[in-house]
Amino acid sequence: MLLRRCGTDALLVEVDSLTEVAAVRAALQGIHGVEELVPAARTVLVKGALQQVRDALKDIDLTKAPATHPREITVPVIYDGPDLDLVAETAQTTPDGVVKLHTEATYEVAFCGFAPGFAYLTGLPKQLQQPRLDSPRTKVPQGSVGIAGEFTAAYPRATPGGWRLIGRTEIALFDPKADVPAFLQPGDQVRFVIA
Amino acid sequence: MTRTVTILRTGPQALIQDLGRPGNAHLGVPPSGAVDPHSLTLANRLVGNDETAAGLELLLGGAHIRAEVSCTIAVTGPGVEVRIDGRLADSHQPLHLKQNATLEIGTPDTGLRTYVAISGGIQTPEELGSRSTDLLSGIGPDPLRDNDVLTLGPPKPANGADVVPPIRILQTLVIPIRLGPRDDWFDDAETQLRQGSWTVSDRSNRVGARLQGTKLNRRDGEIPSEGMITGAVQVPPDGQPVVFLNDHPTTGGYPVIGVVDCDHLRFLGQARPGTRIRFRPID
Repeated sequence: MLLRRCGTDALLVEVDSLTEVAAVRAALQGIHGVEELVPAARTVLVKGALQQVRDALKDIDLTKAPATHPREITVPVIYDGPDLDLVAETAQTTPDGVVKLHTEATYEVAFCGFAPGFAYLTGLPKQLQQPRLDSPRTKVPQGSVGIAGEFTAAYPRATPGGWRLIGRTEIALFDPKADVPAFLQPGDQVRFVIA
Repeated sequence: MTRTVTILRTGPQALIQDLGRPGNAHLGVPPSGAVDPHSLTLANRLVGNDETAAGLELLLGGAHIRAEVSCTIAVTGPGVEVRIDGRLADSHQPLHLKQNATLEIGTPDTGLRTYVAISGGIQTPEELGSRSTDLLSGIGPDPLRDNDVLTLGPPKPANGADVVPPIRILQTLVIPIRLGPRDDWFDDAETQLRQGSWTVSDRSNRVGARLQGTKLNRRDGEIPSEGMITGAVQVPPDGQPVVFLNDHPTTGGYPVIGVVDCDHLRFLGQARPGTRIRFRPID
């Protein structure tokens, strides 16, 4: 575990796995004065109450993860993304091969971030684990389904973004006025199917 | 009777902003809120509102507002020409508008964003605890359109004078920056930041101030997406830094070389395209 300074009032806690991320988040949740607590792939960003945060991290057991009861969610996708050929070429397969790989895997929501309801899904087949674009697009259309590194995700609305896009979904992924604003939540099990 | 004002003309962009919705980053919800919060809270104090009340954030001024009831209004941010029914009035002062009077806001001399507070505050529905428009995620009201009518809350007595000089944006800004969390991705991050020089790109917006100029040399590769705070200076592979402003994504995968203090961030948020930027690394 490594603590990295992030401006005057925040720390980036770096660990080695998603399990350790969950342990750090659990240890820091509920500390009075913490303004933001943002779990991600290998880090937890924490803003505020830094002395209490450092104290809480002193004797933390990183192997202890909270229990989960996953929901199972299916996301229909139209596979016609602008980067489908690039992804196929990089994976040394055909566009149909990309679709087959993407729909056969089972994914889990590791965390939300980047934009409201933007869920990072782990479980992406090795061949589809590819870098982001060198220069991000200033506008990725709503519903776009993309890949980047070890993750796949669907864009809840049009935003800038650097992921390679392979398709799109018509599901409403985030509604700030709904009781449960985010369609996909951490811990959910997810499958993609051809729409 | 409902108290309202009519936005006869929005100017280039008019948004409803308060102090935002911090504390929701784990849902992927940006903090949003006024890019120059000092100017918004000043405007609110001048008209007797709580500092957290919602007002207007105008890009390059230009709005015309008609009072449908008598109200007190204040225009802050960079110095700007203000007229009531054609007669010259002052920014950075409480102004009384009679029913049907029209306030016209000119283009600020320097800077980008003008703030307007109206007694009682703007009363749109809150989403996740704030009335702010978040341009990245679409939370909150849409950008205003000509002839939109805004409902106001009940006014409180004004606090009287409150002296804060208009924010003034210089041609060259020197911005203090604290290294980390990913300065180890760069060869001598401190020297690169101190020696480089940039200009604000016209692709900048409330998500981030995009800078163009000296290429920051960094290691190849990517970081697993990680949490981002307002003021983070992210460096994509092309080496051109992006300073995250209020509507920034809550996570990202490009390394953050350093973080600009929130006290200095508003100057970047007020900087017009073409403004020269230098960084001053501090401990």
